[in-house]
Amino acid sequence: MITRDDVAYVARLSRVQLDDADLDRFAPHLQSILSYVEKLNELDVSAVEPTAHVLPLRNVAGVDDAAPSLANEDALRSAPRTSDGFFHVPPVIE
Amino acid sequence: MFETALQWLDALRGKAVSAREAVEAAYARIGTCEPRVHAFLSLQNTQALADADAIDAQRAAGMPLGRLAGLPVAIKDNLCDKGIECRCASRVLEGYIPPYHATVVAKLRAAGAIIIGRTNLDEFAMGSSTENSGYQVTCNPWDIERIPGGSSGGSAAAVASREVPAAFGSDTGGSIRQPAALCGVTGLKPTYGRVSRNGLVAYGSSLDQIGPLTLDVRDAALMLSVIAGHDPGDSTSAEVPVADYAAALHASVAGMKIGVPREYFVSGIDPQVAQAVRAALASFEKAGAEIIEISLPHTEYAIPTYYIVATAEASSNLARYDGIHYGRRAPVAKDLWDVYTKSRREGFGDEVIRRVLLGTYVLSSGYYDAYYLKALKVRTLITRDFDTAFERVDVIATPTSPTAAFKTGEKADDPLQMYLSDIFTVSVNLAGIPGMSIPCGFTDTGLPIGLQLLARPFGEPALIRAGSAYQQATDFHTRRPAQNGIAG
Repeated sequence: MITRDDVAYVARLSRVQLDDADLDRFAPHLQSILSYVEKLNELDVSAVEPTAHVLPLRNVAGVDDAAPSLANEDALRSAPRTSDGFFHVPPVIE
Repeated sequence: MFETALQWLDALRGKAVSAREAVEAAYARIGTCEPRVHAFLSLQNTQALADADAIDAQRAAGMPLGRLAGLPVAIKDNLCDKGIECRCASRVLEGYIPPYHATVVAKLRAAGAIIIGRTNLDEFAMGSSTENSGYQVTCNPWDIERIPGGSSGGSAAAVASREVPAAFGSDTGGSIRQPAALCGVTGLKPTYGRVSRNGLVAYGSSLDQIGPLTLDVRDAALMLSVIAGHDPGDSTSAEVPVADYAAALHASVAGMKIGVPREYFVSGIDPQVAQAVRAALASFEKAGAEIIEISLPHTEYAIPTYYIVATAEASSNLARYDGIHYGRRAPVAKDLWDVYTKSRREGFGDEVIRRVLLGTYVLSSGYYDAYYLKALKVRTLITRDFDTAFERVDVIATPTSPTAAFKTGEKADDPLQMYLSDIFTVSVNLAGIPGMSIPCGFTDTGLPIGLQLLARPFGEPALIRAGSAYQQATDFHTRRPAQNGIAG
């Protein structure tokens, strides 16, 4: 059973600020979806390997050549706030 | 007037029409349809006309031109086009100007295609109706009181209403095929890895693929041949040679083995959809194909598996929207925590928040094994079902969607019901195989019905072969919306 506290905990992990009305609204949605996915418990998968990815992937190493990278002004162009060529954030340490 | 991409390209090559005229015709049609359809989030008239003039000048000078030279196309608003705002239909990305092209966009531009605008979607491609856009609701051109499907609903509606001859979308759980079915157009999701995802805003990275929405299979084959191929910019793109898709257009289906999964004709499917798909199978049989009943026994587990895998990947991918690097920042935030949590609350719509919460939950300590790991194991079983089936058949045929287009708002308050509308499409992404939806009939109220064709990995030529043979024998793909929708 998904409680409001569970939703609040997951919202904290997700870095999404939810108010009381949000918690009341989302809790039953998550509950109904999670009850539905319980259906997977009908299957015994103890001997099955997981598939995280369908392709037989292998590591791809880039060529070690110097090349132009993203210009500072391009990287910052869409930032909501910048100063002196940096992303601007509120103070992290008091 | 010209309709399909190939018709437009013939006219452009024969100088019956200039690129500028083609682009102007697209904007004129958009001017007529958009007040009712709302397929586009933004148009880029100035740049498109400049691009068209450049193509016309090159043609006049006798310079070599790309395969799509002068063709107006639209792209979904989750594909990066350098210097043009890309919002993914989300408020959180307001003001984001990509500093680079998606590989697909670069390939389209190199081929001479002219991008005329960006189409609407469910925010971050999360949805099946294009109602979850942060900006506008797109309507189905066949009946404007109904949804166009989603998440590439804007691209499907733009093609169905003949605003553009071709549009591009992305498909994570059916987001090209389902809107194609509901809007009566052709939609192709390539094999995972066939088309580079570089520059596609990520939703479910192990599931996402980019593909075309067009008026017929011939155009789909052309568009795929332009965008397919290995890309060093996407480490998951496959180093598999690109097939000659045009060559598959003229092959017959005589002797082709077409599998029909018994699990796909279950309760919940609209009888008119089942009937149209059965009629399509009869048409294949008449053309010499062999229809074989097959079983995909884990079909009923696909939706729960998909919604665990996709939301888990989404919760990770969407962590980057922090109000700092790009997009929108909450105007009132006292510290860093506030910047993150308020920007995300204010910027994301409800469905995105729901999926981020769900994905975080299934990955969280204590639930990872019970949900996420379990889903990955069931994903193996679903993939094996297809492997086994493709030992016996060349192509699998199913309905694309259990119903025709539903009414706007009908499922908006019931997320689980909305998820169930993807029942026939999600397993294809879990297995990474290619799938295509083509029109195969209409309901008695005139709504399009889609037939889904599936093939083994990199089996796009088989889809094109079957689909084009079907379209040579039928005319569903040539019908245009009228009566309840947009006229003429």
